[in-house]
Amino acid sequence: MRSLTRSRGLWFINFGVAIIAVISMTHQSAANEETIDYNRDIRPILSNSCYACHGPDTEDQRGGLRLDLRESAVDQSGVIVPGHPEDSRLMGRITSDMTFLKMPPPDSNRPELTEAQIDLIRRWIAEGAEFDEHWAYTELSRPAVPEVSDDRWVRNPIDAFIAARLQQAGVEPADEADRRTLIRRLAFDLTGMPPDPEQVDAFLADSSEDAYSRLVEHFLSDPRYGERMAQYWLDLVRYADSIGYHSDNPREVSMYRDYVIRAFNDNLPFDRFTIEQIAGDLLPDAGWEQLVASGYNMLLQTTEEGGAQPKEYEAKYAADRVRNVSDVWMGVTLACAECHHHKYDPFTIEDFYSMAAFFADIREPAVGRRPQTPVLTPELESKQRELEAAVAEAQQVLDSPTPEWLAAQADWETAMREDGFAEPELGTWHSIGPFTASSFEEAHETSFGPEQELDLKKTYRDGQLKWQAQADWKDGQPISLTGQNAATYLTRTIVVDQAQRLPLRLGSDDSIQVWVNGQRVLEHKVRRAVAPDQERLTIDLQAGENQLLIKITNAGGDKGFYFAVADGGLPAEIASILQTEDDQRDDAQRAALWEYYRSVAPELDQARQRLADAQQTRETFNNNLPVSLVPRTGPPRTTRVLPRGDWLDDSGAVVEPAIPDVLGTLNTNDRRPNRLDLAHWLVAPDNPLVARTMVNRLWMLLFGAGLSRTVEDLGAQGELPTHPDLLDWLASEYIDSGWDTKHLIRLMVHSAAYRQSSLADESLRKRDAENRLLARQARFRLDAEMVRDSMLAISGLLVEQQGGPSVKPYQPAGYWAHLNFPSREWTNDTGVSLYRRGLYTHWQRTFLHPSLLAFDAPSREECTARRPRSNTPQQALVLLNDPTYVEAARVFAERILREGGADDDNQRLDFAFRHALNRTPSSEERQVLSDLQGRHLQEFRQDLPSAKALLSVGDWLRDEDLDPAELASWTSVARVLLNLPETIFRY
Amino acid sequence: MNLFHQPGWLQHRRDFLGAASQGLGAAALATLFNPQLWASTTDPEKHPWPAALSTLHYTPRAKSVIFLCMAGGPSHLETLDHKPKLAEMDGQPMPASLTEGQPIAQLQNRELRCMAPQHPFKRWGESGQEMCKAFPHIGSIADDICIVRSMQTEAINHDPAHTFMNTGTTISGRPSMGSWLLYGLGSECDDLPGFVVMTSVGGGQNQPIASRQWHSGFLPSRYQGVPFHAQGDPVLYVRSPRGVSDSQQRDVVDTVQQLSRWHGQAVEHPEIAARISQYEMAFRMQTSVPDLMDLSDEPEHVLDMYGTRGGDGSFASNCLLARRLVQRGVRFVQLYHRGWDHHGNVKGGIEVVSRLVDQGTAALIKDLKQQGMLDDTLVIWGGEFGRTPMAQGTGRDHHIRGFSLWMAGGGIQPGITYGATDELGYNAIEDPIHVHDLHATILYLMGIDHTRLTVRHQGRDFRLTDVFGHVVHDIIA
Repeated sequence: MRSLTRSRGLWFINFGVAIIAVISMTHQSAANEETIDYNRDIRPILSNSCYACHGPDTEDQRGGLRLDLRESAVDQSGVIVPGHPEDSRLMGRITSDMTFLKMPPPDSNRPELTEAQIDLIRRWIAEGAEFDEHWAYTELSRPAVPEVSDDRWVRNPIDAFIAARLQQAGVEPADEADRRTLIRRLAFDLTGMPPDPEQVDAFLADSSEDAYSRLVEHFLSDPRYGERMAQYWLDLVRYADSIGYHSDNPREVSMYRDYVIRAFNDNLPFDRFTIEQIAGDLLPDAGWEQLVASGYNMLLQTTEEGGAQPKEYEAKYAADRVRNVSDVWMGVTLACAECHHHKYDPFTIEDFYSMAAFFADIREPAVGRRPQTPVLTPELESKQRELEAAVAEAQQVLDSPTPEWLAAQADWETAMREDGFAEPELGTWHSIGPFTASSFEEAHETSFGPEQELDLKKTYRDGQLKWQAQADWKDGQPISLTGQNAATYLTRTIVVDQAQRLPLRLGSDDSIQVWVNGQRVLEHKVRRAVAPDQERLTIDLQAGENQLLIKITNAGGDKGFYFAVADGGLPAEIASILQTEDDQRDDAQRAALWEYYRSVAPELDQARQRLADAQQTRETFNNNLPVSLVPRTGPPRTTRVLPRGDWLDDSGAVVEPAIPDVLGTLNTNDRRPNRLDLAHWLVAPDNPLVARTMVNRLWMLLFGAGLSRTVEDLGAQGELPTHPDLLDWLASEYIDSGWDTKHLIRLMVHSAAYRQSSLADESLRKRDAENRLLARQARFRLDAEMVRDSMLAISGLLVEQQGGPSVKPYQPAGYWAHLNFPSREWTNDTGVSLYRRGLYTHWQRTFLHPSLLAFDAPSREECTARRPRSNTPQQALVLLNDPTYVEAARVFAERILREGGADDDNQRLDFAFRHALNRTPSSEERQVLSDLQGRHLQEFRQDLPSAKALLSVGDWLRDEDLDPAELASWTSVARVLLNLPETIFRY
Repeated sequence: MNLFHQPGWLQHRRDFLGAASQGLGAAALATLFNPQLWASTTDPEKHPWPAALSTLHYTPRAKSVIFLCMAGGPSHLETLDHKPKLAEMDGQPMPASLTEGQPIAQLQNRELRCMAPQHPFKRWGESGQEMCKAFPHIGSIADDICIVRSMQTEAINHDPAHTFMNTGTTISGRPSMGSWLLYGLGSECDDLPGFVVMTSVGGGQNQPIASRQWHSGFLPSRYQGVPFHAQGDPVLYVRSPRGVSDSQQRDVVDTVQQLSRWHGQAVEHPEIAARISQYEMAFRMQTSVPDLMDLSDEPEHVLDMYGTRGGDGSFASNCLLARRLVQRGVRFVQLYHRGWDHHGNVKGGIEVVSRLVDQGTAALIKDLKQQGMLDDTLVIWGGEFGRTPMAQGTGRDHHIRGFSLWMAGGGIQPGITYGATDELGYNAIEDPIHVHDLHATILYLMGIDHTRLTVRHQGRDFRLTDVFGHVVHDIIA
């Protein structure tokens, strides 16, 4: 305990001698003189030791006894006789020495009750054995802010709650942290990066009253804030850039990530944020942002594994969505009810599948690639309208005949009738293949070399694939090809005297794609055996040489294609109209002839070209639209309870969408509830779970641990909050403020509690090792991304560019060797993409970037509400040897030499410390680092090639003006600074 | 509970020490005679992999595990389970009574016909164990291994089946068995990871292996398996930066340590001390990993026995490294060979994969035996599932109702065959062993009651065997 002589110690006096009872701070159970609180003292014991057999799971209940319900526990059978522990059979069983009577039974693996726990239960029964609803499910009402006898420390209501508890325990809060610590803490907590040195200088020099508030506002309005908050949210919703199962192929969903960043930066109210993610696509006014947001529904792991059973994966996806929505918003482990009723919380297996039914409208391939949806932002939409208009305008020109064109057509008709039709000249076929892939889909979709550039001289696959002339192929009969899960390309030239249209008859085994002069004119993804005339299409030929390219993709079995020119080259219909005298033709025939002529007339070349160009521009634009994963919906599938979670078992009852029974019912009259109803229910003012869950997690981000530490589970097995009233007050404040996240964060960081020092003297550390009283701030290692961001920021390499597709910084070669279908290699990006913030790193679920993984970034296969904070040799290896950090150290060293003061090592060390740690070095630190620098300078002078080798790590070109040995020696100093725990700890 | 009170055990441990002392430091020596647990004397702040269990539940029979994962699903019908009846039925329809309502992978909606075993079998060794002739080297260790012919699993596709085999569930995010063991027992080695994974390829389509197969799930991430790579640095980032000499790297680390100590004193933060020890460990790994990979100290006859000079990323080379790892006190080594997915041409595929796997596997057992290490090293050889008695063209599809594996050393009864499938090799009908039972048995052999190694996560006590699993005492010596 601290000295009472300090001014803030005065408040003790009101309490007289502080009573430090022999209470366990971790369990914060009732001290001897306190009355028993069921939720605090009793439920955790019953839940942990008894509920497994005597809890909410009615299917698995021994002796028909439920200890989670008073009406079951307190009945005529005398298990619990309120007021009379001595008559309560429960007491006899939990205190029995006899194995066959003892509860919990020794073979049950449930923890035996301690003496203290037995005593609590005895006292609870003696006091009347009152039951309470589990705290997290109780109605939310704003608790009164406690009166504190000495409120000098109190800055806002948060502090009043904390002070009240501190006073009760007789513990003093810590002093306010020094300003350097405060600004570093705020910067890390609110922006995920260290503060700029200039900011620190300004803050240290700013003695005005509102300096701190202005700093908070500055950080809250910094775009980095959204990135920092998104980083946490993405863990919750398991955002990743790959599908997760088996081949773990990439997918494009970065627009969702960027939506989250924007939402936090724009301070989108959390209720709206919730609704847009769960059901943005169902909103009546859904725009592109809502569609992107609803991509939340598509973030789960999916498979493309051949031979996977669709029904099994449908069940997996349904369960995955229920797990995530309950983990993210409700803070309960509904996942436990997939196979049986929940053992600890009042959720049934029906509840689980009824939740799954909300998502039954989502149409998706159970096994296979998900379609990516192009997303039109307003800018893109207007651009698209422009391009459409250009096409329409060019079309309009072609659609408006002039007298000159009509005359030309008459001449053409005469010529055609009199001279006949020139046969197109078909060149020899050339073929190349098979281009093998891991699947039919992949082979069909991959744009292999010939598709990108048609050059008969080129070879592929290390020279194994070459173009072959096929002089003996005969048109009009099926031709056999080879290759499974493979594509073959066929090409020939077609020469015509004048522009014309050519009707073709094609067949293929399996899929077919056709290009004429580089434009794709046909794609049919199909599985079939080859036959004549499976495809009828008419292609446009220009006068002279035309290039026809055909791609045939086969899955398994035989492979082949078929080609024939129909009707001798002139469409039969046109030939017949031409034979008809002009005055005999009807309007339809005239129109058909005009249309045909218009497509081949040399006079119209320019107009046609203009249209083709406009169409091409439009197509290019449309093909390059940003894409994301957006749910596609249809009539909901039937959802059944799967007994024991077994997807093969169809015997379970059909369920309709519903929220867990114990939490109420949705009133949608006769309408089937949908995701939108679910989302509205989650953020309804009378739903206590969501606000409690979110507020608890925001608290964790700013205080290192939640008010209830089990931020992932507020259910019966979760931890009771250390300050339940504070949690409820904050949750009420959140809802009443209109779910204003910035407001809540502002409130928290303005509290005196937040501003405390994180140092604790030994007595307090002993007294309250886990900081349950909040008499100090927390200190912890930065998250994986923040470690990266800090290093890049210190070195000056960081490129701050918000959003966009994920990037690939340096990663050791071969790290993806275990991936297949297809096998692939990570290719490091170049340029600015190497220096982006960690949250933009390509998130490969099965092989997450090893530097992020080493610092506990999660794979994002499932919801992560709380990252572990480990301390491993791998972390040391990463910071010592990963080229990212070696390069950062060298570039930092360049800055030190260029900006740190010429030839003055002391100034340079000052500069280095100011940038890495926002402080000046001590004299011992100076000494040690100068010595190191001196030694390494000598060594590198004698071994310049090594110096240059070190300086060549990374793509960033070294500053050739700097002496390599000196730069290398300062790189060593910089490496030390980047490896210090102080650099990556938040205090 | 005195674990080492049993006669023979101490002796046994001393034997081990004699043979393998080169890799064991003083810390490990101290733990040998500690009645509590091998690694429990190591300070959790200092040791990279402290043990969570303070006492073992049973006398341990094995101290390390080498799991030879034959990834892709080896056909039991061409390896360990001889089915003459299937040869008689070749080409005939598979009895629907067996297959109806059963999950099936790529043969969905296809006609199901029997396919004869594609390779002959013979009896091997004094024990007369029956195994496929395509694996003569493994045949030669018949007397050292226990063949299990009644395995069953629950997932029929590679990814979930691997996940199930490693974590006891198909849900992502749970710890793998190596992580559980390392968590429970700690490691005796403080300059190498306690759980190492290596991979080789060849013989069939190379199924992807996700890092979740060695992930620590909700256990602290230090218990994750560390993959050793065939390409580049064996352990990621284990090499000093280009141009930085060993002494300069040491100098940088020393300076980091000095500044860290001052900082640690100033802020009185115990975690700083822990970080300092991790930097020491990291620096040691920069030496110990190259030492481990350098096979120049291996005698010629040992290299010949494995049929490798090492450094080639082959399965045989990995087998030799596995022995070296275990010798140095590493707790769990997992070798994947990704070449067993024989949907087509199972006959030829088996021949190829045998050339790649057979000799190294047998050499490992013989080597462990010669070094006196087999008795406390548990070796398991098997895949994530088996293959169908039904033909898929010239190959076989995935199969989960009955398949085979073998185990050796570490308390396993040698020279026996346990369990059986029906006469067509479809269902395990005699003494079925579920993956959960396998897990329970592995933990038992390591001295752990599988129901008592639990970790609280999301309010529930999780364990490797979920709520299932029985120790298969019949296969324990």
